[in-house]
Amino acid sequence: MSLSHAFFAIIRRDLLLALRKRSEIANPLLFFVLVITLFPLGIGARPQLLQAIAPGIIWVSALLAAMLSLDSLFRSDFDDGSLEQIVLSPHPTSVLVLAKIIAHWLVTGLPLLLMAPLLAVFLGMPQSAIGMLLLTLLLGTPVLSLIGAIGVALTVGLRRGGMLLSLLVLPLYVPVLIFAGNAVEMASNGLPVTAQINILMAILLMSLALAPWPTAAALKMSIS
Amino acid sequence: MNTEQLAGSDLSCIRDDRVLFAGLDFAVESGQVLLLEGKNGSGKTSLLRILCGFREADAGQVLWCGVDINSSAYYADMAYVGHLDGIKKELTVSENLKVALALAQAGSYTIADALEKVQLGGYDNVLVQTLSAGQKRRLSLARLLITKKRLWLLDEPFTSLDKHGITLIETLMTEHCTNGGLIVLTSHHDLNLHGVNVQRIHLS
Repeated sequence: MSLSHAFFAIIRRDLLLALRKRSEIANPLLFFVLVITLFPLGIGARPQLLQAIAPGIIWVSALLAAMLSLDSLFRSDFDDGSLEQIVLSPHPTSVLVLAKIIAHWLVTGLPLLLMAPLLAVFLGMPQSAIGMLLLTLLLGTPVLSLIGAIGVALTVGLRRGGMLLSLLVLPLYVPVLIFAGNAVEMASNGLPVTAQINILMAILLMSLALAPWPTAAALKMSIS
Repeated sequence: MNTEQLAGSDLSCIRDDRVLFAGLDFAVESGQVLLLEGKNGSGKTSLLRILCGFREADAGQVLWCGVDINSSAYYADMAYVGHLDGIKKELTVSENLKVALALAQAGSYTIADALEKVQLGGYDNVLVQTLSAGQKRRLSLARLLITKKRLWLLDEPFTSLDKHGITLIETLMTEHCTNGGLIVLTSHHDLNLHGVNVQRIHLS
């Protein structure tokens, strides 16, 4: 019953659950693809404009897709009592919660990352910027899951927590959006982006280290 | 054999300005059963959730072997089966038990033995959503067998079990107590445990 054993058992369990309920993963991804493909239709035949706002479009859609997927993080475990069992385990809840967040990112964040290059080409983004877009998504989407987890943990016990969740979580997403969007834009103009990448990396490491604690505490509060 | 003790001292619980219970004292030791009785809404489940550490008592303390439950190795020793089964319906029976096993120390029963014991033998690869309510209940009780937990906290363990299932669970409970385990449970059903010291608390 080592901690690492429990950690990987939770990841394995959540991936298996995701596999058995595929529609839950497909929804946010479909949303992501649909929003991005609708933009060119709405803007009309102006490739220059589209190219200029492509980083913003992709990042805003990724952010909204991540928000859409958040509720599934703890909802079913809360409803069927599995969350109680996880909290009652002798292992630290924060570590088990981190396992759940990682599994959640693997099924909701990673697919966005895989779809993004295709959509970037579709929006006419220059080759040089696509690599940067992927890097910012790789650094940024885990932050969305980690910070979002705190919000979900706080609202999972409420019957209509959806609105509150957006209010809680969106302001905290803004820094990621600003630095990631800016990095991609600078890269497509051929400018250096070390500063933005460093900041994104710092945000990721900080949320990786700090987010599981308040999430675990909030879950305990939601259960009581 | 070590003796363990779960004790509550001067516990009280207030909900929505209503005092459910106050000044409650009890102590259960290895081999004993504590049965919480009372009508609906009298605070049985609230007391059980306080013993789990889900809620804090409005006054008083819960002690496990003389130490407050928040600062002792309590969670390695206790298992809780509540109103919610805590099993995932999209997973198979054995997948559910494997997760439970990963979260706790292995007990004396293997997964196959435990399933045999609760008469779910041969259901290993069946998805839980196809099981009946009584079978799900038995599965959540099988979780108690595969892990090494001294203290069982059971909230209405007999719900949706048939006569046969009830006898089965009573046998398992008697066995647990004779092996030195402790049980705290709420039930509307008359307990039929042979040779086990049963204490009762009536909440009103």
